[in-house]
Order: sequence, then structure tokens, then C-alpha cells
Amino acid sequence: MNKPKRDLLPLLLIPALAVAALPLVGSPASWVTLTVAGLAMGMMVFIMASGLTLTFGLMDVLNFGHGAFIAVGAFVAASVMLSLGPWMVADSFWLNMAAIGPAVLAAVVASGALGFAFERVIVRPVYGQHLKQILVTTGGLIVAEQLLKVVWGPEQITLSRPAALRGAFLFGDIAIEKYRVLAVIVGLVVFAGLALTLNRTRIGLLIRAGVENGEMVEALGYRIRRLFVGVFVVGSALAGLGGAMWGLYQETVTAAIGAQVAVLVFIVVIIGGLGSVGGCFVGALLVGLTANYIGFLAPKVALGSNILLMALILLWRPQGLFPVAKR
Amino acid sequence: MTEALLSLRGVETHIGQYHILHGVDFDVPEGGLAMLLGRNGAGKTTTLRTVMGLWRASAGEIRFGGRDITRLATPDIARLGIAYVPETMAIFADLTVQENLVLAALAGPPEAKRLEWIFTRFPALKTFWTLPAGFLSGGQKQMLAVARAIVEPRRLLLVDEPTKGLAPAIIANMMEAFRELKDGATTLLVVEQNFAFARQLGDTVAVMDDGRVAHCGSMAEFAVDSGLQQRLLGLGMDTHQ
Repeated sequence: MNKPKRDLLPLLLIPALAVAALPLVGSPASWVTLTVAGLAMGMMVFIMASGLTLTFGLMDVLNFGHGAFIAVGAFVAASVMLSLGPWMVADSFWLNMAAIGPAVLAAVVASGALGFAFERVIVRPVYGQHLKQILVTTGGLIVAEQLLKVVWGPEQITLSRPAALRGAFLFGDIAIEKYRVLAVIVGLVVFAGLALTLNRTRIGLLIRAGVENGEMVEALGYRIRRLFVGVFVVGSALAGLGGAMWGLYQETVTAAIGAQVAVLVFIVVIIGGLGSVGGCFVGALLVGLTANYIGFLAPKVALGSNILLMALILLWRPQGLFPVAKR
Repeated sequence: MTEALLSLRGVETHIGQYHILHGVDFDVPEGGLAMLLGRNGAGKTTTLRTVMGLWRASAGEIRFGGRDITRLATPDIARLGIAYVPETMAIFADLTVQENLVLAALAGPPEAKRLEWIFTRFPALKTFWTLPAGFLSGGQKQMLAVARAIVEPRRLLLVDEPTKGLAPAIIANMMEAFRELKDGATTLLVVEQNFAFARQLGDTVAVMDDGRVAHCGSMAEFAVDSGLQQRLLGLGMDTHQ
């Protein structure tokens, strides 16, 4: 038997899309800026989507309330950053980071804790019942949005990035926003962390096996539900991290932030192949690049560009870019 | 008489609105190899899945080593020393052969000696050690499914149609592996449609019909009673050589 080839075709879509956009954009400087912006956006969406794809893969749970974790992360981070206002506006990189670090940590902890409660109260009673999952998790999202308005008020919160993350790196005509570089780095770190956990640890082995066939994992002697709760909490915490970053990226936070970005998150999860973290990563980058290129070239169709991308990919690969082998 | 390691009494199972098992009674003697035979749809697979807790018994009692396991969760049943090889094999296609076996070894990394024995019986697993299991042939997947169940010593092995679609050479190896397991004090309960295999391997037999056990006894007696075979299975064993 020959060694099977890795399926690299979906990976090639990312450079292919970028190269195809170059002549259309025209200016190389604009192209670089758009490409980095697209990658940064993609990384943030990936951070928010990675947990969702795993929870679906592990337990077939359709969680339409995932946006709640994103929104809570954004609000909690915003509150901490606003409370540390002097450090945020200080002209010192370390003071800026001293404000952002606790804000991100608080967002991760709050979203993770909400995820734990959400799984117990909302998701657990509807295991294996897809229609009820959709209804009850959507209801959970609506309730969470209203609670955010109760706690933080109905007005949007304006958030300024700290001095260290404002401005851009200039390379001749090319301007690359500092915050986008940070988003790319954080996204890569999260991806590397997930990839290492999934491929190099026993818990990762269990998660990968559970995504394929949870019943058989149980028959081997492992409690898949306990594993699922852990993955759900980590996924929620990552959504909180993504929400905090998205809030800083948009520089405004509203109660609807989760629901808005959840549309992108679901597109990414579907494009990538339900349950596939690698697919989620590639899908997120494609979505980020497409949104930025189309937004620049044809702003009027930008809104629908990702739906079109999803339709094209599903016509090519109906199970997504990297379908997970299911039982 | 050898004491029963596994004992089912009046076990009933419902799947949704369907009543599949209507009071299953039989014993699997400790250290023996019991064959569970029956026509398609007789309830053999449901019986194995009910023992594993993958489908809940709605009535009756399942005892393993004297302990009532009827209401235990599947992982707890597995950790008592019961391994299950489903008819679908259920190997993890995206995991390598190595990862499939590592995952099945609950006590830590698989022992080298045990692995060597598995490789002697199923050499293809050594050849394709680092290959994703999804790339294996049907027969190799079956080998992996069995190897996963025996990567550590178990008290009881539940195997659902291990020879389905296998080449004769692989069946012979499988048979040898099961014999060696039995000699090593593992008890086996094997669901099988290949009567030649069943007759050569089984110590005892239980024949199911319409969700009940219609006959229990020694395989030696059943193998020579063509009338009983005809009545319970529809065909004599001689027609399946």
C-alpha cells in the first residue's frame, strides 16, 4: 500500500484566493493591507469558531447560543479595560498590556464559566434532539443578550485601543495595522495550541476519537460526556477571548455583537467541515480574506460574499473542506 | 460445571417503539468460548449492545462476575474488563493504527510483548502502524477492531461477526488468536454467521430466535444435530463448509 497523500487542496485555496485578488485590487500596497486585514479577521473568527466545531463534532450539539459567550467576553473585557482607563491611554507598552492582560483573562474566565452553566442548564436536557437544541440554544442567546442589556445598559460601549496597539507598521507604501498583527499572532498561537493538544496528548486523542465515534470511545471505557463538558467550557472560553479581541477590533461593543459575528462563525464551521479544527482554521482565513477583498472591490455585495463562498465550497465539497470521518 | 462469568436473565430491550429482546436467558461460562447464533434480526447484536450498556435493558438482569451490571454506564462496564468489537468495527478512521491501539489501552502504553503477539497474529497492523486506519482494507480494519479489544488482557470479549467479509487466511489467524485468548483465561462471547468457524471454535452455543434464546447447550452436541440446526437456523451446518 502506498503512503496516502495528505489532502492539501483546500489549503491551496488560501494562496490561490490571495493571488487571484492581486490583479483585481491593482495596488500591491492595498493588496498587502487587505490580505493582512483578512488574515487578522480570519484568525479572530477562528478563535471564536474552534470550540463550536468541536462541540458539534463530539456530541452532535447544535449550539446557536455560542454568540452569548462571544458577547460576554467582549463586555467583560471592555469593563475591565475601561476600569483600567489610565493604563489603557498611558504611553507605555507594558502599562497597556497590564490593562489588556487582565481584561482578556477575565473575558476567558467569564465566558468559560457561562459555558459551564449553559451546558448544564440548557444543552444537557436536549442531547440528541437537534430541533430542541436549535430552539433552546437560540432562546439562551436571546436571554443572554437581554441580560447583557440589563447589566451593562442598552447603549453601545465605545472602546479605544491602547496606544501600543494603535497605528500601523509602515513598509514604504504598505501600512499594516499593529492590532491586526497581534490578532494574527494570537490566532496562530491558539491554532498551534489546539493542534498540539489534539495531536500530541491523550486528551486530544480522545477528543479526535470522540468526534468520529463517541459511542465507541465510551465502549473503550471513557466518559465522553465529561470530556464534552471540558471541550464545551474551553470552547466557550475561546469564544470569550475572540469576543474580547473582536470588541477591540471594532472599538465598540453592543449586546448584539455575539449574534452578529455568530453568522460568520457558523459559516466557518460549515465550510471547514463540522468537527474539524483544521478545516475551521482554513475556512476562517478564507472567510476573512473574502470579506476584505470583496469589501474593497465591490462593497455592495460584501454582505453576501461569505454566503456565496460557503455555497461554492459546499458545491465542491458537500461535507466541508476537511470532513471528519463519522461512524 | 464451570461457573458463569456473564449471566442474562429475562433481559428485554426496546429500541424506540420496537421491542427487540423478549426475555433473553443464557450463561457464558468463565474461561469458555460461547457462540451466539441465530438468523438475521434474531437479536444477537442487540444482546451484545445491551450487555455493553449501549442500549438499556428495559427489564431483566445482567450479571458479570456475580455483579449486577444492568444499570451501569457503558464506560463503567468496559472498565470491569469487558471489551466489545462491534459488527461495524467502529475503528477510528482518522487516527493511526498506533493511536487506535494506544487509546484502547486503559492502563498506559500497550505492553511490547502483547503488541508482538498481536503483530504475530495480525502482521498487517505492524506494516501500517503509522497509517490512518481509514486507509486500511476491510479485513485489516477487522484485525484492528479485534486488536483494539485485546490490546490489554480482558476478562470478557464480546465480538460481533468477526469473520464477516474476511479472507480464509485471515479467518484462520483470527481463530488462532481467539484460541490463544481462551487459553490465556479470557472468556469470549462471539456472534457469528459463519457456522464452520462457529463449530470449530465454540465450546457452548446459544441460538436466538425472535428476541429469545431458543436453545442453549454444548457446541459439540449442536454440531451433530442437523434437525435442530435446520429448525433454529434454517440450514444445516454442513451447507456452510
